[in-house]
Amino acid sequence: MSAEPPPSPGSWTARIREAGVRALPPDKLLPDGQPTYVASWIYVFGVLSLASLVVIVLSGSILALKGPAWWHYTSVGHFFNSIHLWAVELFFFVMVVHLWGKYWMAAWRGGRARVWMTGAVVFLVAVPTALTGYVSQQNFDAQWISTQAKDGLNSVGVGAFFNVTNFGQMYSWHILLLPIAVVALVTAHVLLVRKHGVVPPFDLEERRAALAATDSPGGGAGR
Amino acid sequence: MSWLRGKDDTRPWTGGYYPYDLVKELCVATGVIGLMAVLLTILFSSPDEKPSTIAQWSRSLPQNFSTTAAEELAGTSGTATYGPPYNHNGTGQEAWILRPQKWLGVSHPIDTEKDFVVGPLEAIPGDARLTAALNEYKAASEQQKKAWAEAYAKPLEETAAAEEEEKKPPGTVTVNEAAGSVAVKPSGDAGPVPVMMERLLALAKSGGVDGSLLTSSQFFQTDYTKPLLFMADGGLLEKRAERDHLLGEQWGIMNETGSYPGQAWLWLYAVWYQIEPFKSSENADILVMMIMGVLSLALVLIPFIPGVRALPRWIPIYRLIWREHYRAIEHPRADG
Repeated sequence: MSAEPPPSPGSWTARIREAGVRALPPDKLLPDGQPTYVASWIYVFGVLSLASLVVIVLSGSILALKGPAWWHYTSVGHFFNSIHLWAVELFFFVMVVHLWGKYWMAAWRGGRARVWMTGAVVFLVAVPTALTGYVSQQNFDAQWISTQAKDGLNSVGVGAFFNVTNFGQMYSWHILLLPIAVVALVTAHVLLVRKHGVVPPFDLEERRAALAATDSPGGGAGR
Repeated sequence: MSWLRGKDDTRPWTGGYYPYDLVKELCVATGVIGLMAVLLTILFSSPDEKPSTIAQWSRSLPQNFSTTAAEELAGTSGTATYGPPYNHNGTGQEAWILRPQKWLGVSHPIDTEKDFVVGPLEAIPGDARLTAALNEYKAASEQQKKAWAEAYAKPLEETAAAEEEEKKPPGTVTVNEAAGSVAVKPSGDAGPVPVMMERLLALAKSGGVDGSLLTSSQFFQTDYTKPLLFMADGGLLEKRAERDHLLGEQWGIMNETGSYPGQAWLWLYAVWYQIEPFKSSENADILVMMIMGVLSLALVLIPFIPGVRALPRWIPIYRLIWREHYRAIEHPRADG
């Protein structure tokens, strides 16, 4: 017996591993350096969005462990519900700042359209994820929001299979289906960012060329 | 298809790098967000106003409850005339040739006469007068049932309309505040309906209608569609919502009880309901949903939309974002 398994060219496992390593070699997946242009507070909002999602999932998991009614009659439950609520508010705030920042960087340039698109879809999927949470609260907010939200959803036919007045259905969507979608999309988004790298600034090469021309003898393109 | 991609001269970065610890950054960020969430929790907590029940509604607003119940029986309430996905008594909203509400059909069937009135009453045992009234009602023709229900509902609706317009009520409805009972002088022959309505009000005040609507199909139940729609047809939820600035004209759905930020991200959805022609349109919901659908798609497809994708190049906010970088290449000596 050899210490290592022999190569198996037809193996699905090996193919997936090799494709993964080709697309995202370890030093690209988890680099320990950043390009020098990554030097602005706006870059913090991407990781703050991720951090908010972590806090949302952790606080939501604690609420899920104890069931949907726990937070109404215990102060500890109410504390974690409040953490969950404020983490969601922070998530949307930092995500919107992140989106605006990436818009003004035109972060889809250089073959990064999928990075932008997955990020935008995360925002769009996060909206019903939050809505299903609001209508699963089992309080007056849930009663009012569900009876109001039903009309918009019914008008486009969505209400036929997504009934906001059905607590059981909304709770399932809120704690399982939509979080899976958000986490999967965020994972895809982050992997695409790592694959393509952070978008470089505008006109980088042109400016360098212009500067080189200015420095060279006879060059004088003033700016 | 190159027009779809647009001019893109972005080249891979060939410049320098500086050491950076991504994992540490995520851990620190999680700690910061966690602390902020704890701080906000300590300062503001979270809202939790108790839900309304049909029992509360019938006790605090017996006249409103009786009016709504009579409309459910007569088939003239909001739910009774809603159409899909609850019944076929309306066509639902439409935009141009699009009628998705109708196309998707009735998926949560609700017969307000049977589900909200007759069904709960049938569960009351040992009341000979009610049993006789129900038998008389069920044996009558549909036309007769409707005539009885309308004769009972008309004075209640007229009184509600007069009170809303702050006019003098016709005097056909008397509410005994102490007993929480409602006496109605029907506009014509109401047959067994007065007895049925009187018993329904009593059942509702005892909490029986809440239980009946929730457990009508099975023991374990998580679908609150029927009690919620019944209550939404009445005035209690709306009264509470108005107090908490939650009505449609108060930017409704994006707000939350108290002074909490609510779903602020729905501002663009809510704004359409504040302006014409949507504000007064019978098809406002489908129109707003369609607009938001198009705008959502546009958000995702910004990289392919000429003009929108070029704005960041024209408006040099990027000069601010990458100011260190540009300073370094424009003044290399000054930066060392």
